[in-house]
Amino acid sequence: MTDTLPAILLQLVQFALVLAVAPLLTGVARKARGRLLARKGPPIVQPYRDLAKLLRKEAVLAENASWIYRIAPYLIFAILWLATALVPTFAIRHPLSPAADLIALVGLLASARFLLALAGMDVGTSFGGIGASREMTIASLAEPAMLMVIFTMALFVQTTSIPSIIDFVLQRPVGLRVSFALALISLVMVAIAETGRIPVDNPATHLELTMVHEAMILEYSGRHLALVEAASMLKLVFYLSLIAAVFAPWGLADSVAGGAPLLVGIAVWLGKLLAGTLALSVFEVAIAKMRVFRVAEFLGGALLLGLLGTIFLYVSQSP
Amino acid sequence: MLTTVLAAALVLLCLGALAPMIRGARRGSGDVAHDLVYLGSAAACLVAGSVALWFLVGAQTASVSLSLPLGIPWLPAQLRIDSLSAWFLLVVNLIGVAASLYGRGYGRHVDEPERVLPFFPAFLAGMNLVPLADDAFTFLLAWEFMSVASWLLVLANHRQPDNARAGLIYLVMAVFGGACLLLGFGVLAGVNGAYHFADMRAHPAVGWAAGVSLALFLLGTGSKAGMVPLHAWLPIAHPAAPSHVSALMSGVMTKVAIYGLVRILFDLSGDLAWGWGAVVLALGALSAVLGVLYALMEEDLKVLLAYSTIENIGIILIGLGLALVFKANGLFGLAALALTAALLHVLNHALFKSLLFFGAGAVLTATGHRNMERLGGLIHRLPRTAALVLVGCAAISALPPLNGFVSEWLTFQAVINGPHLPQWTLRFGVPVAGALLALSAALAGACFVRAFGVTFLGRPRSPEAAEAREVDVWMRGAMTGLAVLCLVIGVLPMIAILPLAQVVADLIGTPLPALADGVTPAEWLWLAPLEPGQSSYGGLVVFLVAIIVTAAVIAGVHRLASSRRRRSAAWDCGFPDPSPITQYSASSFSQPIRRVFGTLVFRAAERLDLPEPGDVRPARFEVRLIDPVWTTIYAPLIVAVNWAADRANPLQYLTIRRYLRLVFIALIALLCAVTLAK
Repeated sequence: MTDTLPAILLQLVQFALVLAVAPLLTGVARKARGRLLARKGPPIVQPYRDLAKLLRKEAVLAENASWIYRIAPYLIFAILWLATALVPTFAIRHPLSPAADLIALVGLLASARFLLALAGMDVGTSFGGIGASREMTIASLAEPAMLMVIFTMALFVQTTSIPSIIDFVLQRPVGLRVSFALALISLVMVAIAETGRIPVDNPATHLELTMVHEAMILEYSGRHLALVEAASMLKLVFYLSLIAAVFAPWGLADSVAGGAPLLVGIAVWLGKLLAGTLALSVFEVAIAKMRVFRVAEFLGGALLLGLLGTIFLYVSQSP
Repeated sequence: MLTTVLAAALVLLCLGALAPMIRGARRGSGDVAHDLVYLGSAAACLVAGSVALWFLVGAQTASVSLSLPLGIPWLPAQLRIDSLSAWFLLVVNLIGVAASLYGRGYGRHVDEPERVLPFFPAFLAGMNLVPLADDAFTFLLAWEFMSVASWLLVLANHRQPDNARAGLIYLVMAVFGGACLLLGFGVLAGVNGAYHFADMRAHPAVGWAAGVSLALFLLGTGSKAGMVPLHAWLPIAHPAAPSHVSALMSGVMTKVAIYGLVRILFDLSGDLAWGWGAVVLALGALSAVLGVLYALMEEDLKVLLAYSTIENIGIILIGLGLALVFKANGLFGLAALALTAALLHVLNHALFKSLLFFGAGAVLTATGHRNMERLGGLIHRLPRTAALVLVGCAAISALPPLNGFVSEWLTFQAVINGPHLPQWTLRFGVPVAGALLALSAALAGACFVRAFGVTFLGRPRSPEAAEAREVDVWMRGAMTGLAVLCLVIGVLPMIAILPLAQVVADLIGTPLPALADGVTPAEWLWLAPLEPGQSSYGGLVVFLVAIIVTAAVIAGVHRLASSRRRRSAAWDCGFPDPSPITQYSASSFSQPIRRVFGTLVFRAAERLDLPEPGDVRPARFEVRLIDPVWTTIYAPLIVAVNWAADRANPLQYLTIRRYLRLVFIALIALLCAVTLAK
């Protein structure tokens, strides 16, 4: 019993930290993007203010919005919060980690996406439908690509449990591994598509024909919009933490370790998130938005890279 | 035990025979026959299903045999219940109970009940007898009985011209499948006529006989299960039947076909070479992806569900194929994992596919429409049905914490253990199959967002949809039961995996590694199929934590945020259009997917015909899809059959002498063949 309480505490700290950091990360991304475009950019804390403002406003519902439309934001936010809290951020082996391996995390994200797409179709406007249709098309390629990346990582250890994979990566000497590199590229492409960044989707757009995520949530307002926005901020934390934990697990604290390694872990994690966000901003500024139908080629590429990585490993491992 | 199931099947047969008599005896007593048939079927299935469950969870490991003095002279009808047949009997009767209760309500909306009532219990009886059969004759008899009963049910609504065509195509495919099985058993039994399954098990065929018989069995059971490329009849015939029968055909009869395949591949054929596993794996991967792509192109709700059955049969076949290749290479623990995944998906698919067909039946009852382009907004009119169908849609899209996720998760776990296989073909093939499985799972998500979104959400697209009425309590009750089971198995998968342990142990030789030394309480909570500490999934934990987090979020938001709410017109970027046809339709939803995948698979072509300015004719938009399987296999086959029929036509007009000569030549030829074979 002596270990249980600190373990639960650790899990709660992770829940709190990911939620606290999520808007900050989005703020950093917007600020960096602004600076790179020679603008001043919004203040880094602006996303917190936006969320607070939205929470204070009244929620306007379309006349024929059903209960799915009202419950979806809560569920989407809760699922993404849970998924982000299950990824190793600053520590591994927290008490909930056996509940969900990498495939289950993909499943959780798929549940959130399923609900969001339904919410988009609920009011019966053409924009909601366009967003839902595009989101599901993108997901139909991004999800298998992500699963291929997971296969590649899992093939090293024949398990999809995240702590085992991290242990494996930590124990091996650093070196260039082809499958690893392919999986990393593929996962980054998936993350860009799933978090709705340029070149797949533009988080700042309200130009009708190019939007995907924004089209689905067009009818949302007030607290509902705040929850959906916060969920997409959490998604960014989720993907950056996942990439950092699996491909650069250095600095992760073991949950049984004491306070000092945990503090180091938190600091390293924040550093990784910052680096990832800045890299993302540079990438976003450097590239143009694609046509919607080019996205299929982009993600098809990610899927093939993932498959290639998996096959390389299959071939190179002895039975 | 065996006799109880047999008695239940006999009761079902009697119910079928009684129904028309009661209806015929007194006018106006249709309701009595109706209640008797459906409630009686439910009771009989409940008894048979409970016995099967008791067989699986009880300490009973030995099989029970029975020999009836029926059938051909030298072989009395052999019946036997073992763990494998008990598992499939459980699936058949579980859905049988639900379909009977649903039918109690739905049957009132059928146009000609006298075309359904006698055959519904007979169909259930046939599906109960197939798993019980222990010799080739009894098996084929039960199989054909099941086929004929379902064919009669497909023709229940025979006045629609489409249904007559469906009946014809179904009949042709059923005859083809039956003939393949007949020949396959003939080859397997050998020249001495060892038709008892025990004899086949003791002396498995070798050499060419093994290859030919397995190919024939794959064709025979695959055509009934809807395996690509033998699936063409399935999306035509399954939706033509009344919805509770469609649920049985798609959810259960395809599983009885899988039972036949498992019985032959894992039990009667001895040790198979890995090549057969690879064939099953490849066919499964092909079925999974093609099935869901067809479903995405479809606008008819019931046809969509039938196509999605092909996808799920593909997922089951992937599991079976993996189990075969692992078994052939002596990796029994992994084979047990793959087989558990496949057999669990058998149950799961039966549950959510029946639930969805019931939902489609409810929509059909409430609106009279099956075409999604005429539906919409039903969540306001049928709130309970909508919630239940939503559970089914989420389960079939393999979303946690529902049951579809568990079986697909187990299949993925088997796939990532592929590097243990020594063959190069498989080392390349298994990850590709895994990628196709992942692709089909993701596409299924899109397919069911589309199906649910267009049918239940948005605004009604027809006056009938706008004035739909919620369905009765029997239909909702059956759907509720299945939805609850979907959730329970998803949250506590051990409930279903534990009864499977004996089945898998009997077929593979070892149980699932995690279950080798009993079940600890921790294993109920965390599903870790291979060894503790490795890949694990805690459905209950995820579910409970998700509920707690959601409750916390709701409580937090209501404390911190404004709780004011206002209803207003939809915003829609400032241009809301009151006409419901401006909504995204089913075909517009699938347009990006049609462009991405359809141009490759279906050679999809969109043609837009815009009139010149000033021209008053309407603009037209046409989508042309070419079914690759139909054009490459079936269409040439039909041409060939017609050509052969024309050539053979003169044989109809011979003189009696020439006929006698033909008969004589045939006799001589057969005698020569028999002499040579001996």
